[in-house]
Amino acid sequence: MYKNILQNIDNIAIWPTISFVIFFSFFTLLLWWVIKVDKKYVDEMGQIPLSDGNEKNPSDNLTHLL
Amino acid sequence: MELQKIQYDNKIVKAFIIATVIFGIVGMTVGLLISIQLFYPIFNFDLQYTSYGRIRPLHTNAVIFAFVGNAMFAGVYYSLQRLLKARMLNDTLSWVHFWGWQLIILAAAITLPLGITTSKEYSELEWPIDIAIALVWVVFGWNMIGTIIKRREKHMYVAVWFYIATFITVAVLHIVNSFEMPVTLFKSYSFYAGVQDALVQWWYGHNAVAFFLTTPFLGLMYYFLPKAANRPVYSYRLSIVHFWSLIFIYIWAGPHHLLYTALPGWAQSLGVVFSIMLIAPSWGGMLNGLLTLRGAWDRVREDAVLKFMVVAVTAYGMATLEGPLLSLKNVNAIAHFTDWIVAHVHVGGLGWNGFLIFGIFYWMVPRMWNTKLYSPQLANVHFWLGTLGIIFYALPMYTAGVVQSLMWKEFNPDGFLTYQNFLETTTKILPLYMLRSFGGFLYLVGVFIMAYNLVKTAYAGKFIANEEVEVAPLIKTSNTGGGWHHALESKPVLFTTLALIAILIGGVIELVPTFLIKSNIPTIATVKPYTPLELHGRDIYIREGCVGCHSQMVRPFRSEVQRYDPKGGEYSKAGEYVYDHPHLWGSKRTGPDLQRTGGKYADSWHFRHMLAPTEVSTGSIMPAYPWLYEQVIDKSETPGKISALRTVGVPYEEGYEQTANDDLDAQAKKITEGLKVEGYEIQNEAEIVALIAYLQRLGTDIKIKTEVAEQKP
Repeated sequence: MYKNILQNIDNIAIWPTISFVIFFSFFTLLLWWVIKVDKKYVDEMGQIPLSDGNEKNPSDNLTHLL
Repeated sequence: MELQKIQYDNKIVKAFIIATVIFGIVGMTVGLLISIQLFYPIFNFDLQYTSYGRIRPLHTNAVIFAFVGNAMFAGVYYSLQRLLKARMLNDTLSWVHFWGWQLIILAAAITLPLGITTSKEYSELEWPIDIAIALVWVVFGWNMIGTIIKRREKHMYVAVWFYIATFITVAVLHIVNSFEMPVTLFKSYSFYAGVQDALVQWWYGHNAVAFFLTTPFLGLMYYFLPKAANRPVYSYRLSIVHFWSLIFIYIWAGPHHLLYTALPGWAQSLGVVFSIMLIAPSWGGMLNGLLTLRGAWDRVREDAVLKFMVVAVTAYGMATLEGPLLSLKNVNAIAHFTDWIVAHVHVGGLGWNGFLIFGIFYWMVPRMWNTKLYSPQLANVHFWLGTLGIIFYALPMYTAGVVQSLMWKEFNPDGFLTYQNFLETTTKILPLYMLRSFGGFLYLVGVFIMAYNLVKTAYAGKFIANEEVEVAPLIKTSNTGGGWHHALESKPVLFTTLALIAILIGGVIELVPTFLIKSNIPTIATVKPYTPLELHGRDIYIREGCVGCHSQMVRPFRSEVQRYDPKGGEYSKAGEYVYDHPHLWGSKRTGPDLQRTGGKYADSWHFRHMLAPTEVSTGSIMPAYPWLYEQVIDKSETPGKISALRTVGVPYEEGYEQTANDDLDAQAKKITEGLKVEGYEIQNEAEIVALIAYLQRLGTDIKIKTEVAEQKP
């Protein structure tokens, strides 16, 4: 069954190899970047939702009143 | 640096919030009704428009696309503007999106009770509505990407990536799964058949859960949880890994919905492996959410917003651990087709989606109306009602699933099934169905309380239609340490393309090999296309939503083969479905499997059973179908149906559509004459006759042994 299906595609053997290479290199690159990335940049990114121009809204800090 | 004054559009957010609350109440009320129908069939009202099979899809569509969908848009429109420091690209686009979406919901609410359905789960709407969905979705994407392009914030926060992935993936899923051949304005046949249709459907179905119910809400979590907790997300690094691994891996897991079916084994295994891998990103995301609250847990005790969010994120964690476990073949063998799955999806739906929505709304509404929440006490009451509701929903359903599954599989010492009558296993769990309805009722009461609380809050405050803020304009600067990923974030179109590639790889590798199976491989020579009368019968089966309770997939287990085909001993084979546009394998057995039902009972049995199920099977919970005896099939549609099916690959001879109705009449006459002998008079064109013809054909082709023997491969 397995072979019947896959024999219909040319060079099917290369497919899993290609996808593995894409996966492996992408995640290696990603992890490498995530580990090496500048801490300042990461902190800055994490702050974005908290500094979205909404601070002037007087009702912003209401959660403690709930 | 000179600050710019801009205004965030709150009006569109308000509209989506109102729509969410209204459709949440409608969708959940329908859910409560269908849950009651399962133990009091009288609540089907003997009416076609309210029978379980037709309104179950109404419930699923309403809660997924109307309740959760509108909430997603509310949250996205609110957070996107603030994360990008920009008003939405174009107000008109926003409103076209809003009203377009509501019209689609309206169309669904009208067509589904009318029985206008493709029967493909979570994609039931017929082709004109499919086109409308695609158009409105593009408007949403256009508005969003346009806003991203004109943003004033240098960086694209992780929530925005989740929104982009949502837009692009849902578009791909919807288009690929909706390939269908129109017959009339309200009827089409799936482009795919049998195994291929099932694979595409569950590639869609699984990823609709992933990219409609999960990724947008993870984006919302990454925005609203830090806002509500007033501290940044625990680890921004983790959120990056979470995003990429989730969208890379999720798309592969669809085949776990088809374990032990006639789907090729390699595709099943692929689905299992990737499902297990999904635990890592899912739990990474959950922990990231929960750890954001580190040092703020004291506030969780008092703050209803945080309470809802904590339970939501916990439910996400539970559902995303349970999902991979359910995709293990040995667990799936027990859980599939049972109420366990119903419990699983409701932990996700009620817990993750519902509770996150409630938390976000309790947070947003007071801010948008510039006031305090009307009653924090009522919000707490809502929280506890909702939590109890989920528990009363899920626990009985887990129990029901396991109990019923074990009953299905139990053999006595003589080697026969202990519970030969399927109905015994159903009536056993009816008390648990009642408890489930109680849970659903509690949850719904909570939503009513929220609606009241939010309305009172809005009346107490003053709505800020356009929220004015001062922001710095975007200045092109060099890279600030973000490296290549930051470069990627600054190019939204490139980012979108890469996200598209990430999700396409999995889809292509899974789907292409199955597309390339010629539809007659593996050939079963005796499997032939349906006769015209059977075709009409099949369309009635689709219209009535029979697939909601009856599978057509005998899995290769001794217990199933003995239950469903004791004489022939045949489980379901891929080759049996090659002319099934769409497939009707089903995902839940509230009633028995029907794949081998052909020839099992007399025509007169079906005739009496469909009219009054309880008179034939005492204690049956199946609805009655009296209208099938009064309504007639539309024979003028026969040629169109034959031609459409030929176009998608069913080998009806050229010109057969001209003579098809003669065959139809002859077959109908044979059935009605047989019924007459047994004392049941019915006209040839009555719908019940076509349905009987279809049911009697089901799964019988494979039994024509002599011909198989002759046609050696």
